[in-house]
Amino acid sequence: MYSHGSESLIKQAREIQESELQKFYSRLLKLLQAKEFGHETIDSLQRLHLILSATKYTRTLPTELQRRLLSLLSSPVEQLQVLSSAVLRETLPLSGQELNYNQDNSHTAALLLSQAGSRADLSSLCTQLIRSLENRQSDPPNHSLTHTLPIVNAILTHSPECLTEEHVTLLSKKLVDWLRYASITQGVGASSGGFFTGPRSRQPVPIAELDGTVSGDFFTVLCVGQGFTEDQWMNVFSFSMLRHWLLTYHSVPSGVPITDTANRLQLSFSLSHSHSFSNDDRSEFDSSVVSMVSATSSSSRLLSPKERVREKAFQYCLRLIEQSDRKAHKRTDTDLQKACLVEAVCILDCVCVEDTALVYRTFPCVKALFGRLSSDLTFARVLLPIAQFYLNHGEMAAVDCESVWKLVFSQFPAELFNDPFLAHELLRFLRLNHENLLLRVPQYTRSFPNLLKFLAWDSPAVVDDFVDLLPSLVTVETAVELLHTLLDLPCLSATLVLQLRSTSSPISEPSGRGLMSLDAFRNPALRGLFLYLLRTEAGSGDTIDRLSVLHELLAEAADWPRVVQCAQTVPVLLHIFFNTVLKVADENLLTHLMLVMLERSSLLLKLPTYIKEIHRVFSCHLLRLCKLHPSLVVNQSHELLEFAGTTANVYSKEEIFTHVVWALGEYLSVSCDSRCSVKLITSCFETLEAVLFEITSSSPPPGAARPAPRVVTTLMSALAKLASRSHDLIPRVSLFLSKLRTASRGGSVAWCSDEEDLVAIVTRGEELWSLLKTPGVAQSVLTPPAHVTTPQWHRDTNLSMPLQLRTLTSLTHTQ
Amino acid sequence: MVRCFLIHTVCPVSALSSAESRILYSRVFGPDEAALTEQQRGLSAEQRRLLQREKVAVVARQVKSAVYLCREASGRALLEAVPGEEALALQDANSGVVRLRAGEPFSDETSALWLGVQSLGFTLVCEPHENLLLAEGTLCGLTRHCLEHLHMLGQGSEVLLRSNRIDALLSRLLPHGQLLFLNHRFAQSLEKEVTAYMAK
Repeated sequence: MYSHGSESLIKQAREIQESELQKFYSRLLKLLQAKEFGHETIDSLQRLHLILSATKYTRTLPTELQRRLLSLLSSPVEQLQVLSSAVLRETLPLSGQELNYNQDNSHTAALLLSQAGSRADLSSLCTQLIRSLENRQSDPPNHSLTHTLPIVNAILTHSPECLTEEHVTLLSKKLVDWLRYASITQGVGASSGGFFTGPRSRQPVPIAELDGTVSGDFFTVLCVGQGFTEDQWMNVFSFSMLRHWLLTYHSVPSGVPITDTANRLQLSFSLSHSHSFSNDDRSEFDSSVVSMVSATSSSSRLLSPKERVREKAFQYCLRLIEQSDRKAHKRTDTDLQKACLVEAVCILDCVCVEDTALVYRTFPCVKALFGRLSSDLTFARVLLPIAQFYLNHGEMAAVDCESVWKLVFSQFPAELFNDPFLAHELLRFLRLNHENLLLRVPQYTRSFPNLLKFLAWDSPAVVDDFVDLLPSLVTVETAVELLHTLLDLPCLSATLVLQLRSTSSPISEPSGRGLMSLDAFRNPALRGLFLYLLRTEAGSGDTIDRLSVLHELLAEAADWPRVVQCAQTVPVLLHIFFNTVLKVADENLLTHLMLVMLERSSLLLKLPTYIKEIHRVFSCHLLRLCKLHPSLVVNQSHELLEFAGTTANVYSKEEIFTHVVWALGEYLSVSCDSRCSVKLITSCFETLEAVLFEITSSSPPPGAARPAPRVVTTLMSALAKLASRSHDLIPRVSLFLSKLRTASRGGSVAWCSDEEDLVAIVTRGEELWSLLKTPGVAQSVLTPPAHVTTPQWHRDTNLSMPLQLRTLTSLTHTQ
Repeated sequence: MVRCFLIHTVCPVSALSSAESRILYSRVFGPDEAALTEQQRGLSAEQRRLLQREKVAVVARQVKSAVYLCREASGRALLEAVPGEEALALQDANSGVVRLRAGEPFSDETSALWLGVQSLGFTLVCEPHENLLLAEGTLCGLTRHCLEHLHMLGQGSEVLLRSNRIDALLSRLLPHGQLLFLNHRFAQSLEKEVTAYMAK
């Protein structure tokens, strides 16, 4: 598809020499000044466009050429309009260029829009547009009017203040006309050729629905005909921008939160009181049903233009919902019906937020729609806006939303995790509403095993959403289970792949490619393991006992791209998890989390860099935990010592080991926790001493790397710190250090490859030893009291005086 | 409103680094947001154009990496469709959506819908509240028309040499970035105009 030819064309366009370019300009100018335009002109213009757009730096055209191009904008030949607009968009406007909006020309308008340099430019374009709408006679129906609404929409997106109150009122009136009162007869069709095409045969034919029946109500985007009149086109364009219009000009005044039902009711009362006549009209509508909505619209004449738009939008949407139930003949129309349903529900939601009295009229319809679609998963994307509607208005209408949440949290993630668009929309729904969901929907925080399936399946696409969502899913009750789930995300990823594979490939086929994991997945004895991973709700246990079995079964998944991609996102999420949980956790939970970290450090799916990354995250947060609650170290000293005393951990979990040792050295002291006894310090010392002896007296076991120098120095420092707290231990330190000195004099040792590193270690040892020679000093250096590590100098009576004086001086001295 | 429509490479290009994408067609709709935001007001028109080009390049790069990761994860081999097999190429295409945060690169949050057809990507950048079902359908329609009318499955460079056809196509099916709710009749009427234009 992308060929060398294209690449070289672009290269040529970028590297064209200035002289050649000027020659090209003058040749083109000559062509444009001729009376007739042929293929050569078009091709040359196209070439000019390529030259201008191939580079990101702007080229300026000769003035004469640019002027000629500007005049081409109003050429009768559309190709010239298109090309001149495209070329001029790629260059800078001429100074003093006065370009006015020519109502018949969409391409000129495009140029004006792209060249708008300020809001003032947009405002003036807007005024010209609206004026052309006002002055429009119902002349030959070409779609010259139709592009005005898209331009207005574009201006609305960037700068809604460009429309004045007057403009808004005028457009509101027009929108009402086009949406509700477009012709209900077919326009002149293009293919109405035949024998009898005289004026006699031009009987007005009514429009039809998508299933072929004759339409019985007003025109909408789901109505068809042989040809269309201009106002029917405008109906399509109006509906296409309706939601944006309502969102921009009809939004609830800021400061009124959607969750606050009482406030919303008050708002609706105030709105309805300002138009007291409309109150009587509303009571008429209360018993209205879905079809024939338009029957009672006569009283809407008394409403303001804004309210009329709202009312017509409401009617239009109800009609669309009714029309979407019809069986369309064409596939594209069925897709359109779905899109219309989404749009209709969104607009109804918008309208109901603005005028809460409409909720009672709307809910029966939305509820019926939900009932119709909830069993069909192909309509999942339509059900999301319905869920939003229920979330916004369900409480007010006192409707039971259980079935909606069951669908959104239990069914969709479990069965549609591999639909990228549904994932995007569902996660967006959660992101926008998580505060509301936390309040109203208890199963939200319990549904993380299910929601994480989106991440496990397609991590690169949705990790960004989870970065935002994860904090809201962390609760004190489920934190431990969430941690286990996050650590096993690559396993979940592999399981989802297996799940899809097992449903798509026949059971009888032997997995000749050696897919051991697929066999395991289908094996009823091992089913329970996989079913645990695929659970939809939290609360049935933090994790399973036979996790190691599961990891072994999934070992071959370690190089599946999906699993690898998933594994890369886990460290980030763990950081977010810990950052969040540390804010809300009590000491019990923190203890539990620390133990989980120690336990899981050896219980992870064997992906090459995954284990290392997780260890790094654990180390970082273990330290933070201990720093926050130093007494944890004393509390869990037994488990920590067990971990630190296992020499194998030095080789397999070096990072965590180092940090655990450091934490023990730093926080196992009376100043951190008064329960710290001499016995405890001694037993810790002995454990660490044993490990240190072991790793410095022999080479590492086969297959393991030599320990980094940092491990040895951390062990030595920890021992020194402990010794400084219990002076009987000091002689034992000196014993070890002298041994170390002797061993290193031989040159190289089995456990340290680099001579420089060895020297550094020994030097460190010497420093510690000389420090320990004066135990009192050692104690204050190695176990500094709190007021040294977290100084608050302004509280100290001796130091605060000079500080105060200095502050006062700098304040009172004028510069 | 659709912010922009792009056609760009999603396969490696020898002249570029592995992360970059060659943009074959780009059309940004509406006014330049740099002209309207406070902080970027001081830029000249030339600088604004450069900034816009850079923003579009960022989108293309993001989509390229999304396409690559999606294809890597699914593990399916890319089948080479030949001219005439546009429908097949479209059916076989990967699709997805990338969330672009506020500031990366547009000042507000946007969603980039993409279709990866062999070595090229077709991308629509939409506002987040946009009807994505409609956008998806529109993107498929645009891609199909581009593949057919510009013979993109072959070795030609019509996408570069006949970009005015894409402009005309967009002015009918996505005027000024407006997504349209078109039933098959309205779509037929517009497609007839497009075909008439292409025939010239």
